[in-house]
Amino acid sequence: MSFPLIRSRASRRDVLQMLALGAAASALPRFAVADADTDARFVLVILRGALDGLAAVPAYGDAGYAAQRGQLAIASLDHRLDGMFALNPAFDNLHARYQAKELLVLHAVASPYRERSHFDGQDLLENGTANPLGKRDGWLNRVLPALPYRTRRSEQVAVALAQNVPLVLRGDERVGSWAPSQLPAADSDTLDRLADLYSTDPVLSNRLQSALSANEMAGGGGMNGGSRDPLGQLDAIAAAAGRLLAPADGSRIAVIELNGWDTHANQGADNGQLFNRLQALDRGLETLRTSLGPAWSRTAIMVVTEFGRTVAVNGTRGTDHGTATCSLLLGGAVAGGRVVADWPGLSKPALYQGRDLQPTTDLRSVFKGVLTAHLHAKETDLNQRVFPESGSAKALGGLIRA
Amino acid sequence: MSDLDFIATNRFGLGARAGELGQAAGDPKGWLAQQVKGTRSSPAAISALPNSAAVFRVYEESRQQQQESKRAVAADPEEVKKKFMAVRKAVAPIYLDQVAARYETAVKSTESFRERLVHFWSNHFAVSADKPQVAALAATLENEAVRPHLASSFGDMLLAVESHPAMILYLDNQASIGSDSIAAKRFERRAAANGRKVGINENLAREILELHTLGVNGGYTQADVTAFARVLTGWSIGSDRGPMAAGEVGKFLFRENAHEPGAQTVLGKRYSEAGEEQARTVLRDLAKHPATATHIATKLARHFIADDPPPDAVTRLAKVFRDSSGQLTEVHQALIELDPAWRPEFIKYKTPHEFVVSTLRSVDLVPAKPQQVFASFQLLGQRPFTPGSPAGWPDTAAQWDGPDALLKRIEWASQFGERVGAKVKPLEVAAASLGQSLSDRTRTAISRAASAAQGVALLLASPEFMRR
Repeated sequence: MSFPLIRSRASRRDVLQMLALGAAASALPRFAVADADTDARFVLVILRGALDGLAAVPAYGDAGYAAQRGQLAIASLDHRLDGMFALNPAFDNLHARYQAKELLVLHAVASPYRERSHFDGQDLLENGTANPLGKRDGWLNRVLPALPYRTRRSEQVAVALAQNVPLVLRGDERVGSWAPSQLPAADSDTLDRLADLYSTDPVLSNRLQSALSANEMAGGGGMNGGSRDPLGQLDAIAAAAGRLLAPADGSRIAVIELNGWDTHANQGADNGQLFNRLQALDRGLETLRTSLGPAWSRTAIMVVTEFGRTVAVNGTRGTDHGTATCSLLLGGAVAGGRVVADWPGLSKPALYQGRDLQPTTDLRSVFKGVLTAHLHAKETDLNQRVFPESGSAKALGGLIRA
Repeated sequence: MSDLDFIATNRFGLGARAGELGQAAGDPKGWLAQQVKGTRSSPAAISALPNSAAVFRVYEESRQQQQESKRAVAADPEEVKKKFMAVRKAVAPIYLDQVAARYETAVKSTESFRERLVHFWSNHFAVSADKPQVAALAATLENEAVRPHLASSFGDMLLAVESHPAMILYLDNQASIGSDSIAAKRFERRAAANGRKVGINENLAREILELHTLGVNGGYTQADVTAFARVLTGWSIGSDRGPMAAGEVGKFLFRENAHEPGAQTVLGKRYSEAGEEQARTVLRDLAKHPATATHIATKLARHFIADDPPPDAVTRLAKVFRDSSGQLTEVHQALIELDPAWRPEFIKYKTPHEFVVSTLRSVDLVPAKPQQVFASFQLLGQRPFTPGSPAGWPDTAAQWDGPDALLKRIEWASQFGERVGAKVKPLEVAAASLGQSLSDRTRTAISRAASAAQGVALLLASPEFMRR
């Protein structure tokens, strides 16, 4: 069997529509009319490797800060937020967002994880439980059926800006994925034949449809990705995320992941390795804002990491794995211009196990606050299916503009 | 559904080369078993590469030159960045040669089960070439610490890996200094003056416990990590520069003066050995620990049987590991004997590495230029030796079978088809690579392809070629 509709000069949009016609789910309209309930955009940015929250958001007003941090204490404090906190000097754009009341800074936050393995820490952050093996799928996938996207298929709603779907977005609901490619597009006739060859293989068949759909929306070829540094791709990824999220019929939820935050040695303070990464992050988020255009006003972006780092400097001018850290929430929909922190202090007795920033806010409370106020999820769904056994972590209010 | 010759050459091996299905067909288990026995001399392509000490010298000399000129150009960040790139450039050709040698060996190998095991253990003890100092050392760890120990005990491989310069540099142990060591005392005054302090770095100790031996639930605590980090202080690398000048440049060096003196307690056992022997004793004990046997058994079963390995198979492998004191030949032999490893379903989704290697083996092609070998892995998201974390590349489908990754494979397969289509007959390649495991649907699709190039693309992107 071969599809008669397409010949070799057809565009990917044709292929996409052809594939959609072949699928039973295509009885649903592809161009759903946007309404207030489904107009909100949410982007989750995962920083893998454990971001040093005291470098990203120094607590310069804490008497213990300079003493405990020593050579890693941030000295240039042009981006003061209040009498206690400042943004890292790399965060020029983020500071402007803060002044525009579009950036909310959270501090002393942590997932329920209290060990120090990156890999378990990331699994738990993404599976939404209190155990690295608590669930095999991600909370952002489990929440999809609980959101008011009645007329849209899940892969039209959620997209991973990565070749492979990160755990937080993996699960029963189909999601899209997209990453920059240096390869020329495959011939549409070959795609047509493969769609046929995969028709008895649901996994490959679904993956191919999702990929073509995301590729179409992101703007397909012409991207120059594949840079050696994963953060080097961030601009291309952020720009594509904006293009995927901005249209009325575009995606609503996106996940971006960035590696390289595990600063055990030569971390640097006012400049250096970590400063450079934070600067790339700052610029990437600004690209995302620009690319979203008017949709920025309906957007919330959350930047999270698996855990923080030791308060004290280690023997190699870096920091070892710690516990609490900071998190950023930004976007036109965010009730920003504030720091939200139940600050535990940096004096030695205040530290978790005598070495780490003590966690005082459960990240799940923040996730719940965003999912309820911004994406209109019900808290009962969140407590039962999305974040099982998380009753103690109540949704944090006031994160999103009324 | 797959046949035994397909399983031997594709699930255990790295993909059938022309004629290999026939060699494996008569006695597939015997064909595999002879591959894991005994030692082998280093493959020619790999022997021709510079060793870790030579690589380390190239990096250090380039870095030294750049640092001298860096001071001259003051603090212009663009200039500093350029200098940094220049250091990378000095080792980049070595890295590319190593990648080319690795994949030439993988494509040409007549013992590809053995070669797959080299890749498996190398990934178990992952270091990432993303870190500049390690860029051209990562491959030397595979070639110097893993490859020669494939028929040794796990403990011997572990000692070789943890004392290898690539691992020490990757996990920062060369600068981890015991706070009561001679070096700490000597540097104390100077360090205090410029706000620095000397001390331990937990990185290597933690990853040995979590990733290399016991596993994350292996029963150790933060106190064990810290104590083991003190044990490991002094495990370093020889240098001929500055205050650290000692030993042979780029080779393992135990620095007595950086070592934390005195006994340490790790996992409830007191280690009172002096110097370098203290860490060796801990490592030997970790290698024999039952949690290590289970951790290794789980990873092997996941690689050869299923993403969710059957508990019976894990139990069996762990028992062989314990009973043989981690003799790797016996563990590898036990894998061959496990029934669930011979299930006919296509149970494992290929990683990009496996997908490209099996493709190249199917048409016996090694790209002429190192850059070309490298490019395929880069494009498909698995740049050689850069897992990005000490956990190594993931070994489950969920991390590799994303929609966009599939589209990239198809794009790559189309390009590859264009390149080789004129020289090969796709149905013959399909038969030689997949044998009876080639489905009727795929055979029909290939036979109806508009061109040989498209036929190759359809074969490579077919459900049975994507899996093993």
